[in-house]
Amino acid sequence: MRRNRLAFVWTVATVAAGLCLIAYFFGRDRRLFLPGETTSGHYQIERACDACHAPFQGIRQDACLACHQADLQAAEDSHGPEKFNDPRYAEDLARLDARQCIACHAEHRPEITGAMGVTLPEDFCRSCHGDVTEERPTHEGMAFDSCGSAGCHNYHDNRALYEDFLVRHGEAQPATVAAAWPQRNAWISGETRDAGPLGAGDADSPPASSRPDLIAAWANSAHAAGGVACSDCHAAADAPWSDRPPRAMCSACHELEYQGFTEGKHGMRLAVDLDPMSPAMARLPMHPEALNETLDCGTCHDVHTVNVREAAVDACLSCHADEHSAAYADSPHARLWEREMSGEGDKGSGVSCASCHLPREERRIAGDLRIAVQHNQNENLRPNEKMIREVCMTCHSLALSIDALADKENIRTNFFGMPSGHVQSIDMALTRTEHP
Amino acid sequence: MIRLRSTPCLRLIAAGIFAIGLACCGGPSTSDQPEAGNISPQIMADALHAVLESDRTVYARQVVHRLQDQEEVILASEHWQDEKALPLPAQMFRMGAEMVANKTDAFSYALISKWPVNKQNEPGTEAEIAGLDSVANNPSAAFYARESLGDAEYFTAVYADIAVSPACIACHNAHKDSPRDDFELGDAMGGVVIRILLTE
Repeated sequence: MRRNRLAFVWTVATVAAGLCLIAYFFGRDRRLFLPGETTSGHYQIERACDACHAPFQGIRQDACLACHQADLQAAEDSHGPEKFNDPRYAEDLARLDARQCIACHAEHRPEITGAMGVTLPEDFCRSCHGDVTEERPTHEGMAFDSCGSAGCHNYHDNRALYEDFLVRHGEAQPATVAAAWPQRNAWISGETRDAGPLGAGDADSPPASSRPDLIAAWANSAHAAGGVACSDCHAAADAPWSDRPPRAMCSACHELEYQGFTEGKHGMRLAVDLDPMSPAMARLPMHPEALNETLDCGTCHDVHTVNVREAAVDACLSCHADEHSAAYADSPHARLWEREMSGEGDKGSGVSCASCHLPREERRIAGDLRIAVQHNQNENLRPNEKMIREVCMTCHSLALSIDALADKENIRTNFFGMPSGHVQSIDMALTRTEHP
Repeated sequence: MIRLRSTPCLRLIAAGIFAIGLACCGGPSTSDQPEAGNISPQIMADALHAVLESDRTVYARQVVHRLQDQEEVILASEHWQDEKALPLPAQMFRMGAEMVANKTDAFSYALISKWPVNKQNEPGTEAEIAGLDSVANNPSAAFYARESLGDAEYFTAVYADIAVSPACIACHNAHKDSPRDDFELGDAMGGVVIRILLTE
């Protein structure tokens, strides 16, 4: 009798294990196997285990780099793996292999995960820079857990924080000057169109799909002005007409923008063949009425009006309901945006959500200087000092930028008023330059 | 289209190439010259240093010193990307070392000094400390040692890093992080350490 019971338990356990394995390898929802909560950076793609894991081999370093390497290179990574390859660091690497991303950013470990997904103790800088006060007496008494959290240093990206930059931009400068954002010039990455501006009479949609309101919207759009006909999107490359062309259709011309979109939190699920992101999945507060939206190009850019002004503020605030977003309407930045929209302000003088979170970037492509919108809105978000050079310093002094970004209350109110605190880094750098 | 004519000069070059090829393929070897495939770590290290030192000297003199100090065309700067300037010779050296380290762990090289601008470049291992002392006392003689680092054995060579250009001493003497401001042309400012991996 007891033997039969054991056999039954054994059979059930074996079948259950088999089903688990089948679900793991062939199922779409593998959250059952998550060893712990996934960080905010990766939770959207946690069902795509293969994006980071190799079967029976753990985390793939190249998987980390596939998404993050370009960003680290652009950041002139202060602690890139190449800095630690010298054999003289062998003993240090045996304690902590700083060449591997997961040495500092273990995943699924919420109990030890801090800011930036770092899973080391917050004073980790001490292990290599414990004697910093010998060279920098100004650092006497400063806690090692404040190196990266007080607005002074970052582990990877110090482009706006290195000492000589602080000195060069730290001298007395006006705190704020008028904005003058660069104008975009890189919306077409494919063939150059030679068709002139099109009007409503040029619409080449089939009668069954020719809604007057849509044609009117298109006829007043940048697409029509640029010679992009209905069929260029709805029947591209001689394909049969489709009322709802695939979202990737936009990337045929807007390659840079689509690439950035799929690298950020709005589109990263598409990059690993998961369903599109929806506000219902977000960990940030979202408006209830927006929860069932799905994010693709057309969510923010009405596909017929392609109104980039709506996409720069209204689209963002139709979903985002956190305090920073909610405070935008009363912020000094919003005043400037309203002035530009009303025609009172110069073109490029307004500050929208997109001005800071989807900034216009200069890129050299085949020798040409292109100015395109970076559609990876997370690219400059954390640590927020990444915004200083390309965004904040367009209008503000380095000193004000550093102080504002280190002030959580100032961020919460969307920079309503001046920062309450002051980061000493520029003062220290200037002092050391004057009295080395 | 370019046509090569058989001139006496070309014939001489061809003969030279043939002679070098013959020597490489099967020329007589002497007891103090190891055969191909059996190069000693010391010869390997010396050869690497000859290349590194020569390239570094050419860059310091013919690029940085000439363009920055003599012809005043472009500056060299520690922050060369931000300032649209030339990388400093030490940065060129380090970037090359990092690129090599990404390709192979069979050998590595680095610049170290008892007076580094970047404190991370102080000597760290016993061989590095002894090597810097040795080349400071006798810059013309390299220092050789074997050392264990982690689980690996290395043949380690340290060579004097000589100030070959006025640009070298001007930068180091003026840098606010430099522990010394009295370097002179020809001084040993530090050392080049080359490691050959001995274990498989």
